[in-house]
Amino acid sequence: MNRSIITSSVLHIFIIIITAMSLPFLSKKPIDLPPIVSVELIQITEKTNIPFAPKAKKTIEKIKEKEKKLVSEQAPPKKVKKIKPDAVPMPDDKIKKVEKIKEDKQNPEKIDNEVKQVSEFEKKELFDPDNIAALIDKSKEESAKILKKNDSLTQDQVKNFDNTGLSLSEEDALKAQIFGCWSIPLGLPYNENLLVRIKLELKPDGSVIKSEILDHARMNRPGQGFYKVLAESALRAVKLCQPLRVPSTGYERWKELQLNFDAREMLEG
Amino acid sequence: MKKIIIAIFVVIFLPIKSYSLIEVDITRGNLNPLPIAVSAMSIDENSRESFEKILKKKNIGSEISSVVENNLKTSGLFNPLNKDAFLQAPDIANVKPRFEDWNLIKAQALITGKVSFADDKLRVEFRLWDVLAGKEMMALAFTTVPNNWRRVGHIISDKVYERLTGEKGYFDTRIIYVAEDGPKTKRIKKLAIMDQDGANNKFLTLGNELVLTPRFNPTNQMVTYLSYFKNLPRVYLLDIETGMQEVVGDFPGMTFAPRFSPNGKKIIMSFAKDGRSDIYTMDLENRIVEKITNHPSIDTSPSYSPDGKYICFNSDRSGYQQIYTMKSDGSNIKRISFGKGIYGTPVWSPRGDLIAFTKLHKGKFYIGVMRTDGSGERLLTENFYQEAPSWSPNGRVLIFYRETKTDEKGDGFSAKLWSIDLTGYNERMVKTPADGSDPSWSSLLTN
Repeated sequence: MNRSIITSSVLHIFIIIITAMSLPFLSKKPIDLPPIVSVELIQITEKTNIPFAPKAKKTIEKIKEKEKKLVSEQAPPKKVKKIKPDAVPMPDDKIKKVEKIKEDKQNPEKIDNEVKQVSEFEKKELFDPDNIAALIDKSKEESAKILKKNDSLTQDQVKNFDNTGLSLSEEDALKAQIFGCWSIPLGLPYNENLLVRIKLELKPDGSVIKSEILDHARMNRPGQGFYKVLAESALRAVKLCQPLRVPSTGYERWKELQLNFDAREMLEG
Repeated sequence: MKKIIIAIFVVIFLPIKSYSLIEVDITRGNLNPLPIAVSAMSIDENSRESFEKILKKKNIGSEISSVVENNLKTSGLFNPLNKDAFLQAPDIANVKPRFEDWNLIKAQALITGKVSFADDKLRVEFRLWDVLAGKEMMALAFTTVPNNWRRVGHIISDKVYERLTGEKGYFDTRIIYVAEDGPKTKRIKKLAIMDQDGANNKFLTLGNELVLTPRFNPTNQMVTYLSYFKNLPRVYLLDIETGMQEVVGDFPGMTFAPRFSPNGKKIIMSFAKDGRSDIYTMDLENRIVEKITNHPSIDTSPSYSPDGKYICFNSDRSGYQQIYTMKSDGSNIKRISFGKGIYGTPVWSPRGDLIAFTKLHKGKFYIGVMRTDGSGERLLTENFYQEAPSWSPNGRVLIFYRETKTDEKGDGFSAKLWSIDLTGYNERMVKTPADGSDPSWSSLLTN
């Protein structure tokens, strides 16, 4: 009895090993996954107006020229109909035909009443100084369109927008404002930690309800007298700047804001 | 128990709409002078009359505030606002300023005060206010003899400077320099001392002997300088309080370029003999002389680091005059200046981070600073002839002297003291009664 059990179990183990070794998935090499590239999604608003980089501009122009060249190369040569001498039209008909040909071709003499904008780069060429009023009116229409577009955000879109931080342009506007208000105390030791974090509670118009220094305890620590000077300068900057340049929408998102004032970059030069 | 579990579940699963706090990094600011309102010190009628009799000054309150205003303005870090724009009278402003009024004229800080005459003494109370925050930042009172009124102004300036910039001020200090008079070929040179703003000028020597390179002891009571007594250049010590003078050491040759060690107990100087010059120290207590450098070149202009562990000096051992550093015992000598031109008169900053120097390149003189390892060289000012920088006690400002070119007839020569801050923008001439050269800045008189 015992012998048969041992034999059976040895055979079973042998079969299991053979099966396991011959299974295809075990011989498969692990998939070589490419490294994860993190991509930051940026909220683009109407304030963002990043001009084309000069390199990119050149590349775009080159591509355009290539396209033009390609068109001219592929275009078949125009066939000029030979006018038979026996089929000479009457004088009136001849004039009409000539006019027709002129219309088909590009005619520099022809003045087009409609200003057609082909691309961003051709804007300058198309600029008509006598028609500024029309441009202003147009820009008004455009801004109105943008505003309408913003109004038509779906509920879902609004939700997503609310949960993100400030957009780059919004952050830049706020930073630029505070840069101008912050008088950095020049006597600070630049080999120390010169970071002051201030939490703000804001009104919808950007005025400050409450400002709080987050590392308040550091002020009274021995040897950290400079920190008090730095923190006070940051508070002065906030007060001097208010109302802060905050976005006109999404109050819930920025009603509480943390400003991290770091003087080290400036003082180290 | 059931209730507690339900409560926990409710708390955990309660749909709370949460927002992560938006953070914005502010890494830049402006370096514009801070707008500050210096209100005149208020004074009662009786005190005003008493001070008028003693000091011959109509309104000592206004005089003190003018000293403060001038100090803050010359620092380049403050912009004292025009008093004509002030809406609040000094006596009321000192009790309770109307911050809206001061805010209206764009003041960010306000200084108010009160002067009184009590027990034949001058009592000054002053307050520094944060206009934007609407709160008092500092309140102090000083009592002194009436003649000391200018010093009170300087002390107030120092306190305000420290409170608003985070570093000690440099206004309650003095400058010792060589006052010069007469034509260039026959100059009379006297030792002179004055307040850092040019007031209270006094001559310490009569001008019979040529004097050069006076340097303050950190304790302020002693000065060391070079004097050509009987045409022999020697290093001397002078006690400002008593007027006593003595020769430092009995050297068989010429000693020059003296300077005190940071603790004031030693003098470091150059001793020249047989065409070479080495650096020596002398202990002022036991008069023991120690040779620090030993090289056939000319080693001179030694200056201690503020901790006394290192010395910077200039030497022509590489062929041209360059700046070197070494340990205070003379070991570990390193060349730190490698730029084009000739470097001289190195002075270690009281903060310890920089070395100021004079540089001669393509016929022009520069005053500049570099880090103690020689990196980050920055030339602050350029001129026809200028040299001998000396640091303010807080290491932010340098005082030096500048000479003008003489015309064909040899006229038009002058030597004036100038100051420049580390930014290189705030350059000012320091007022002296006559011409001046070789300035040396004292440390703070009150700590």
